[in-house]
Parts: sequence; structure tokens; C-alpha cells
Amino acid sequence: MKLIAKDVHLSYGDIRALQGVSMDVREGEVVSLVGPNGSGKTTFLKCINRLLQPERGTVLVANRDVRDMGLREMARLLGYVPQSANHAFPATVFDTVLLGRRPHVNWGVGAKDKEVVSRLLVLMGLSDMALRQFNELSGGERQKVLIARALAQEPEVLLLDEPTSNLDLRHQFEVLNLIHTAVKERGVSAVMAIHDLNLASRFSDRIIFLKNGSVHAEGRPGEVLTSGNIGEVYGVEAIVNTDSDRPYIIPVGPV
Amino acid sequence: MAVEATELDAAGIGELYARFTARKRLFIPIGLLVLVLFAMVATSLGAASLGLGEVFRAIVAKALPFTGVQSNELADVIVWDLRLPRVLMAIVAGMGFAASGATMQGVTRNPLVSPYTIGISSAAGFGAALAIVLGVGVVGTDKYIVIANAFVFALLAAFLVYGMARIRGTTPETLILAGIAMMYLFSAATSLLQYIGTQEQVAGVVYWLFGSLTAATWDKLLVVSIFFAVCFPIMMKYSWDLNALAAGDDTAASLGVNTKRVRVISVTLATLVTVSIICFTGIIGFVCLVAPHITRMVIGPDHRFLLPCSCIVGGLLLLCADTLGRMVIQPAEIPVGIVTSFIGVPMFAYLLMTRRRQYW
Repeated sequence: MKLIAKDVHLSYGDIRALQGVSMDVREGEVVSLVGPNGSGKTTFLKCINRLLQPERGTVLVANRDVRDMGLREMARLLGYVPQSANHAFPATVFDTVLLGRRPHVNWGVGAKDKEVVSRLLVLMGLSDMALRQFNELSGGERQKVLIARALAQEPEVLLLDEPTSNLDLRHQFEVLNLIHTAVKERGVSAVMAIHDLNLASRFSDRIIFLKNGSVHAEGRPGEVLTSGNIGEVYGVEAIVNTDSDRPYIIPVGPV
Repeated sequence: MAVEATELDAAGIGELYARFTARKRLFIPIGLLVLVLFAMVATSLGAASLGLGEVFRAIVAKALPFTGVQSNELADVIVWDLRLPRVLMAIVAGMGFAASGATMQGVTRNPLVSPYTIGISSAAGFGAALAIVLGVGVVGTDKYIVIANAFVFALLAAFLVYGMARIRGTTPETLILAGIAMMYLFSAATSLLQYIGTQEQVAGVVYWLFGSLTAATWDKLLVVSIFFAVCFPIMMKYSWDLNALAAGDDTAASLGVNTKRVRVISVTLATLVTVSIICFTGIIGFVCLVAPHITRMVIGPDHRFLLPCSCIVGGLLLLCADTLGRMVIQPAEIPVGIVTSFIGVPMFAYLLMTRRRQYW
């Protein structure tokens, strides 16, 4: 098991954002967190790499409690792709991805670090933009750069916060394909918060439905993407086409 | 086949990046060379004009006696006793200001910030005014009371600002807002002292607030240099982390950067370096704000290069400003703090308007 989260609780003041969320992620697995706005997806992701400190519950990565790890050690195990990023001082694409080497670098950036970055830029199809300014890229390109940075950390688990929000159709597929490829070829695992149920269905090994900070349902896409679950979690009536193992959803309207 | 093609591309990117950074690396030796040259010229200029050759001989004769180079006594006195301490003070102070400015801008993610934003300049000014007007000092004897007061009050202000910011999590915003509050408080207190002071005392306060390198001596230079030499390597150690901070605190933390620690250490270092300078020179503005900007326009915002390159630009800027201030209305002088703004602003405006990108 790459990642185990057990009974995670967190409140923002009076608002109980997470009320005992648990999750297991195996090697080479993509797990999607779905649910309405405010259901706790982002909060849960941030509890995993301790950007937020849960009040109760444990998170184990590669069988070690994240509370016992230093920041640097955690950064070698968990790659984090934030929802959006804007650099206060514009950096080049190469320098942005190079930052992903930070947890591995002790005495200055070495030849190996630059090689890792160069290869990742090629893998992500960013080789033409190595010296472009990150802030000048389109949303889809930025997302790829941020994923490349997370992969440069050579982590065991990727945590992605809505990697496809604000992307056009083509970039949604490109980005998710890249994540899928990275997971299958590198043996890393991925946990992503995602809004689009059809994309979640297409690209996830398992889906976790979050509702009001608790797990509502969990399983393979074919098991949990039902009109019942969608109605209960989102309050939306939907037609679910279950021809294949990867159902697709046509929302009809609010219940 | 596909793998080979990938390797070639990756190598190509590596080469591209190597060329990209080589330009930045080149900035340092070339900049240092220009700085040495300018220092020689500045040393030769003054009421008693010396040739560059005389300056060179006077420096070498004393600094490297084994070379056997001879110098005349007059040149020796002018260079070593009068001009060199001041020229070197301008350079070291400029370097310190620039490094502190670049660091402060990095930790606050704000290009409009300087070490003065957190209130240390007005606090130092208040400390000095307290000594000049009321003769009240916290530590030190009569001779050093102004210096000691400026130093202590500036540190006190930094400490208070940091304390206030800490309660709300030491974010850039809290640091800046607490700093501005502190700045107004001490400015008002200084105004009050000026209001009750005699004409002579007020003149002294105003002169101190302008900032000047007139009083530079080897002893003072030594103190300032020690502060810089100790603090700068530590700033460099955190320079890459400043790049991570620019991407946001969450991102930096997820890359293994202890954001709070980086902020505390960086702000402390920038404060110490700046205060160690201004307690001797008075408040010399603008260099700490503008030197990092000018450097960023030339070599980009990567703090690993920005910090050392800013130092060179800062040293050059302050040296030029001080030399100009010494020369234009001889035998009188314009305080360097005023000149820095006069030459810094047009330079800054020029770069601002001719750059392709709109960031700086």
C-alpha cells in the first residue's frame, strides 16, 4: 500500500470540513476524489502532505507516518500539484520544474538534476518552451509544467488538486493522459481531486465520493458512478450509461 | 529509436539552459571588474586630483609591499586616509543594501518592498534623533550614542514587527502591514523630537536622515564588512528557497521548504546588514529597492544569481552616487542619500520603459 489515510478529521473553526475520511491507495493506482464544492476534496489532499494539520487521524506514506517525517523527506515521497499557481517573480519553465529537485539537492543543482528536468520536459511535450516564462503560458501548458515539477521530485504519490479545471477539452485529455502514463510507467500512485465525473470515470482506477467531509461511496468507476450516488451527493438527476466498465454520465437537472 | 530521439532532445534542452545560465554567471566577473575600475576612478577624483596611475601605485605600494612599487607620501595620505575608506564604504554599503533588498523582496513576494518597509529606517532615525535632541542613549558613550541608538531602535522595531506578524502566521502581508504601522509610529516620534529641538539639533537630525558617507572610517568599514561577510553567505544558502517562495507558500512547503524558518532567518539577516550600515551612514534610501530591480531586468529573477549580481549593482550605484555628490558642487557636497534617488530614478525609469516584458 503506497498511501493509507485513516479517520482524518479537520475543522475550520466551527465548520467541520473532514469528519473521519479514510483512503487506501495502491501502487500504480489513480484514485479520484469527487464531490460538490466544499465537500472536503482539497482539504483532504492538503491533510495528506500536511499543508493542513488534521486534528485526528493518521496518514501513512510508504508505511511511514507523515508526522514523523521532515519536510524534505515528505517532499521526496509526495509530489503536490496545486490548483493554480502564479509566480510573484516570473521564472522560466526550466527553472520552475527544476524547483522540483529541491528535496534532493543538498549542495547546489547538479548535472543529474538538470538531466531529470530536461527529460521530463521532453516527456511532457514542453521541450520547445524550456526558456519561456511560466506566467506567459496557457492554462494547459502551465498545468503540464506543474505536473513535471511534481514528477521531478521523483515522488511515490502524486497529489493533484483539480488538474483539469480551466482547461479546454483537448488539454483535459492531454493532462490526464500524462498523469495516467506517469503512474503506469513510473509505478507512482496518484490522488486527484476532480470535478468532471466523466473524466474521473475514464481515467481513475477508483473513485471516492465525498459529501460534507465524509466518504459517501467508494469503488471502481463502474461500481460507484450510479444515478443513486450522484443524486444523493450532488442533488442532481443524471442518466448513467453503464455499457462498459467506465460509465458516462449525462446530467439532466437538479432533483 | 524513440528513446534515442528523446535523449537528444533532452541534451539539447540541457545545453540551452547551460547557455542561459552562463550569461548570468558572466555578469559576476565582468561586474566585479567594472566595480574595481570605478573604485579606482572614484579614488582619483576629488579636491586634489590624482592620476589613475598614482592611485594604483599608492594602493599597491601599501597593500602589496613585496612588489617594491613606490608611491609619494601625499598620494599615500589622500588615498589611504581620505578616499579609500569612503569609496570602499560606498561599495560595501551598496552591496549590503542590495542583498538585503533582494532578500526582503523575495520573502515577501513583493517587488515594492525594501528593508525599510518593516520600519527599521524610521526607527533608526528616531534613535538617532533621540540622541541628537535629548542626548538620551540606551547604551554607549557620548561619541557613539547616535550610532548605538540607531542600531538598538532599528532592531527593536524589527523585533516588534516580527512579533506582530508572527501572531498572524508571518505571512508577507502581515510583515508589510506591521512594518508600515511601525514606520508611521517612529516617523511621528521623530517629528515630535524635531518640533521640540533647537535649530542646531534639528539640522543634525535632518542631516542624519539624509544619509551620508562623509564620516566613513576604516573602523566603521570593518564593522559593516563583518556584518555583511557573515550574513551574505547565509542569505545565499537560502537563495533557491526564495525561488520556491515566489511560487507560493503551499508550493514551497510541498517542495520541502520550511517557509516560516526561511522568512525569519532572511528577514533577520536583511535587518542586521541594513542596520549595521545605516547606524553609521544615516538613511540612504533607494539602493535597496532599486538595485535588485535593475539586476532582475538584466539577468532575471532567479535568486541564486540575483543576490550576488544585485550586490555588484548596488555597490556600483552607491559608489557612483557618492562620487557624484562629492564632485558636482565642490567644495561642498550633496548627501549621497539624495543623489541615489536622483541618478537611480532616471536609470530605473529608462529600464522600466525599454524592457520588453512588463514585470519590471
